[in-house]
Amino acid sequence: MQKYDELTEFLLRMGDSALVQAQRLCEWTGKAPALEEELALMNVGLDLVGQARNWLDYAAERIGDGHDADSLAYRRDERHFRNLLMVEQPNGDFAVTMLKQFFFDAWQYPMLTQLSKAKDERVAAIATKSLKEVTYHLRRSSEWVERLGDGTEESHQRMVKAIDALWRFSYEFVELSTQEQSLSEAHTIGDISSVATKWQAMVNDVFARATLTVPDAAQPFYLASRDGVHSEHLGFLLAEMQYLQRAHPNASW
Amino acid sequence: MRPGEIGQLIATDQQATPKTEADLALAEQVLAEVMDPEVPVVSVVDLGIVRKITWRDGHLSVLITPTYSGCPATEVIELSIREALVQAGFVQAEVVQRLDPAWTTDWITQAGREKLKAYGISPPVGSASKRSLTSVAPQVTCPICGSEHTQLVSEFGSTACKALYRCLDCLEPFDYFKCI
Repeated sequence: MQKYDELTEFLLRMGDSALVQAQRLCEWTGKAPALEEELALMNVGLDLVGQARNWLDYAAERIGDGHDADSLAYRRDERHFRNLLMVEQPNGDFAVTMLKQFFFDAWQYPMLTQLSKAKDERVAAIATKSLKEVTYHLRRSSEWVERLGDGTEESHQRMVKAIDALWRFSYEFVELSTQEQSLSEAHTIGDISSVATKWQAMVNDVFARATLTVPDAAQPFYLASRDGVHSEHLGFLLAEMQYLQRAHPNASW
Repeated sequence: MRPGEIGQLIATDQQATPKTEADLALAEQVLAEVMDPEVPVVSVVDLGIVRKITWRDGHLSVLITPTYSGCPATEVIELSIREALVQAGFVQAEVVQRLDPAWTTDWITQAGREKLKAYGISPPVGSASKRSLTSVAPQVTCPICGSEHTQLVSEFGSTACKALYRCLDCLEPFDYFKCI
């Protein structure tokens, strides 16, 4: 697989993760459990589309070759996507959707906090902007995890099932690649070495309040999103997301 | 056709006098009339979206910053600004977007806050720099009856920048402009 320089790969990881998470959120359009929840899901999705565009714009400039944020979003195959495995998982019920969101927010929050101190000014600017929005996302998703976990017998059971379905993908939140470590040590993207422990602490804290049990640390397995080795779900998601640009290249309104 | 070309056509058509650095004040006036497409009572200046108006290399340059990363109004705002400036004779005006420093509701002017309130949107409470993940919810006043007896319905409302509240006295639902 084509690998770009370390920073570009990292920008794709941030941008692709935000983009795929946003696409999943938009699948709730017209069928969320309540009007207010639908608005919230779409609002969060919209923020993430904007963040994705900012990251992918920067990545596209570094890649050159006529790329822009749109071509990166709509014309790459799944093997070229660098998003976290967690965000490509199907939405399932509301418990799965909110738990996925919470895991992602609890990673974005400490990550963006550190990135906002990056030496690379563009990374710092995008992160500072995004962090304001993600603070709202995390407050909402952690409240939902708490409400569902510590809610009724039914909602608690659904959260337990959601943890069961998703936890295996959580190892990506707590590991850094050697490339990311070197970016971090050079402070190009700020020191992100503490993101793993902050993610874990946030999960422990919210799960405790939600009367949910934190499973043992998940172990890496054959899927490796940084190398473009994704679960089977990403291809279907992209097929839908990219349909228009694939069928009518450069269509615009 | 690109916005700049439209400007050229209009300029040729109307034989407009070329604008100079001395017209910066006029540009400011023009921008103060460009309304936000979602909240059409506040201008892009009231909202703090316009960061800087300068004269550079023989043309007007306007620096703007988006409110939210994914705000769909950003492009419309950029277009409206360009259109208004072109109509006022600033045919070569450039509009530059910049993320840094990140927009904050602290930049909404006092006049802007009054206009929001009159429009039925409760303006942001307190300073954005003091808000954090765990900070207590702000005391939001109902823009209709003025009661402080209000309740948060959702932190996400009809647009990215607003939260949904209800007044427990007059029972009306209303928007609150989030503090970020």
